[in-house]
Amino acid sequence: MTLNRRVFIGSATAAATLTAPMVQAASHGKPRVVVVGGGAGGATAARYIAKDSDGEIDVILIEPTKTYYTCFFSNLVIGGFRDIESIAHSYGTLAREYGVNVVHDWAVGVDRDAKSVALAGGGSVAYDKLILGPGIDFIDGSVPGWDVTAQNVMPHAYKAGSQTELLKAQVMAMPEGGTFVMVAPPNPFRCPPGPYERVSMVAHALKQGNPTAKIIIADPKENFSKQGLFEEGWEQHYPGMITRIGPDFGGENVTVNPDEMTVDIDGEVIKAAACNVIPAQKAGRIAELAGVTEGNWAPVNPTDMSSKADPDIYVLGDAAAQGDMPKSGFSANSQAKVCANAVRGALTDARVFPAKYANTCWSLIAAEDGVKVGAAYEPTEEKIASVDSFISQNDEDAATRAATYRESLGWYDGITADMFG
Amino acid sequence: MKTTCRTAVIALALCVAQGAGAQDLGDAARGETLFRHCKACHQVGQGAKDRVGPHLNDLFGRRAGSHEGYRYSKAMMRAAAGGLEWHADTLHIYLENPKNLVSGTRMSFAGLPEARDRADLLAYLRVFSADPSDIPEADPTATGTDHTIDPDILAIVGDPEYGEYLSSECTTCHRADGGDSGIPSITLWPEEDFVIAMHAYKNAYRTHPVMQMIAGRLSDEEIAALAAYFGSLDQ
Repeated sequence: MTLNRRVFIGSATAAATLTAPMVQAASHGKPRVVVVGGGAGGATAARYIAKDSDGEIDVILIEPTKTYYTCFFSNLVIGGFRDIESIAHSYGTLAREYGVNVVHDWAVGVDRDAKSVALAGGGSVAYDKLILGPGIDFIDGSVPGWDVTAQNVMPHAYKAGSQTELLKAQVMAMPEGGTFVMVAPPNPFRCPPGPYERVSMVAHALKQGNPTAKIIIADPKENFSKQGLFEEGWEQHYPGMITRIGPDFGGENVTVNPDEMTVDIDGEVIKAAACNVIPAQKAGRIAELAGVTEGNWAPVNPTDMSSKADPDIYVLGDAAAQGDMPKSGFSANSQAKVCANAVRGALTDARVFPAKYANTCWSLIAAEDGVKVGAAYEPTEEKIASVDSFISQNDEDAATRAATYRESLGWYDGITADMFG
Repeated sequence: MKTTCRTAVIALALCVAQGAGAQDLGDAARGETLFRHCKACHQVGQGAKDRVGPHLNDLFGRRAGSHEGYRYSKAMMRAAAGGLEWHADTLHIYLENPKNLVSGTRMSFAGLPEARDRADLLAYLRVFSADPSDIPEADPTATGTDHTIDPDILAIVGDPEYGEYLSSECTTCHRADGGDSGIPSITLWPEEDFVIAMHAYKNAYRTHPVMQMIAGRLSDEEIAALAAYFGSLDQ
């Protein structure tokens, strides 16, 4: 469908009779994959399909942000170990080197019968296969007293970028001896060790400039990832600074008051100099709009990440109900490659290999004190199941912890090159 | 999913599941009905408490004898001090007959002789331990397929004629008619399983010194060719 410029600029009636214009010109008969979400899942999938299909497949990536700030390593910005620009990435290489059509817009709807994605800007894009990697959205009302209008006062900083900078500035501006309160999320949520790495990074920053400040975590969960390692590290590096209130002591019963900057934990009201609210999470909204979610997440087939609701739609990363895999950037990147292989196999005669998945999460507890946890996963009939795992040990020496931190730096360069080219 | 198993040569052959797919620990739904054997003494689920036996929440990955306030037998405490932890493998032995693992245990249970029963019961108990999606370091929920070969290697299409030429080295020991008189039969294996086995020798996962030497000298293409040849001998 060609755009007629006169009609487009001119009369409203004429415009009303047109169907929505195609953003992409005719694809010359090539099969087309549309990817919604340019994060660890979507960007990786777009790049691998474009790279490995030798020009046989049209790839459109729909991503609202022009600069992507990785959530992973954003805690290190808060801790002062990186600056915000070091976690910023452009989509330019995907566009010019890989021929990915990067469309900076929001997907606002999916018509599964017509197989097209509606854009906020008004166009629509047809797909042969659709890959959704929309990350997470917050569940309304999950933290009483908090909603999106409060996020500049009590940031979530659980979608990186301006929120990261905001939270860091608030930590640095805390008065002497003030209290930093974190309201931690219930399972499942993106990045299981993330909130606790963040506490470590805030503690590190406070130890430098505000050593009498305190940190309180209100946590609805009894246990969390790398708990033994974090608790030992906090005792070693930040003794007396951090208190965690778990569900046995009312940590799940929290109300916040952004106007007063107070946090009520099971009846005890705390004045917060800074407050990080991490609400309960669900799949990014486009997954729900596409009709592929069941409850909060999108069930997928373990062998190829295709949606159980629609064989032409795939869901990657945080938004998927991904069995035993934790919601991490590493997982999303791992799943994206399995998905990209399956999609190419479905659209061309590319060979499809058995799915293998993996994840490793690195966390920084203090300078040169890094820990990691990871596992290997394989599909079973029912889900993606963990088959083996590893975790840093409590009695490791300083050299090992420093090496683990350096490993994470190498991983960061690797995964961002894998995502963005 | 096809499974190939050469029972005649259990010592050296490997049971390999063809195609993708780990194995679940068992059938948790069936395991729930088997739990009736345990309910008299053990509780699971929300609010579970130590009774005659300790509760079984968060069992997987836990050190034995670790419930504070529960009075374990001395034998169990000794085993715990010796490093006993509960994972799928130790639980399998314990459930088959508790005294096989901890000879002085107070757990009076004759045991579950059927492996399938134990697998299903363990799958049920696994539900009450941490989910790896929330805590990645939690115990696995499945057993993996047993190779880590790059799919690109498995994808190599072997040339059976080249394989026939190479096979003269093999047929000195491995009978071309597929018979087994003490040396494993290597005919009619699915090609993928053949390649996996040869790479297991090449990478020293399998320990036979002669096969390690032979496989070590073969390239990926040569292994693929041999797999193609031996896999097609009947046709």
